[in-house]
Amino acid sequence: MKIAVQSDDFDVSTEIIEISGNPRIGAVASFVGIVRDVPMTLEHYPGMTENAITKIVEEARTRWQVLDLAVIHRFGELQPGDQIVLVAIASAHRADAFAACQFIMDYLKTQAPFWKKEHHPDGARWVNALESDDEAAARWRGIKQQQRLVQK
Amino acid sequence: MKVKVLFFANLRERVGQAVEVVDIPDSASTVAGLRLHLMKRGGAWQEVLSDMKVVRVAVNHDMAAANAPLNPGDEIAFFPPVTGG
Repeated sequence: MKIAVQSDDFDVSTEIIEISGNPRIGAVASFVGIVRDVPMTLEHYPGMTENAITKIVEEARTRWQVLDLAVIHRFGELQPGDQIVLVAIASAHRADAFAACQFIMDYLKTQAPFWKKEHHPDGARWVNALESDDEAAARWRGIKQQQRLVQK
Repeated sequence: MKVKVLFFANLRERVGQAVEVVDIPDSASTVAGLRLHLMKRGGAWQEVLSDMKVVRVAVNHDMAAANAPLNPGDEIAFFPPVTGG
């Protein structure tokens, strides 16, 4: 299991190979976030960031079978086309891998203390949080209740 | 009692500092009490902390509500809704 907050870039195939060693693993789902359109600076809260990501990962592990995973989030100066974030989930079957991957991304968007400042030609501005991101994260709370009912 | 207060992103830029040790009266020993204590400084402090719909708070690296109690040495961070990922 790897959780990293770093300024350096990462190599997706290396990270996927790293989490695929267990012979019970039959599926790896991954998501890569990429900088669009304009350069940006990503600020974060050292100490809390790792803590917040660890909590999101722990929650995912209570909901789905996760045999291994990698979550890497970059900070600092990033250019269009640069990779920002990787979430890769290894599981026995694809349904758990896909769901855990999407859950972790949706929660990262609303719970992990990162802030984007975009550098436009006419000046720099902080990106506003989107209501749609809150809604995406909130959707999983209803699904948790359904999962509990099914288990009963 | 003394607590460490941090600001991030546009809040940090608007109040003009990232970190400060603040001595608060024992009667103000909640997140809400600290907020009012800082708002009494006026200017950008008053402005930045007046609309809590666009401010999030963490105590010792965990998201916290306004009624969260504070203890000496705690680290309290004020920041806007997050935009990572």
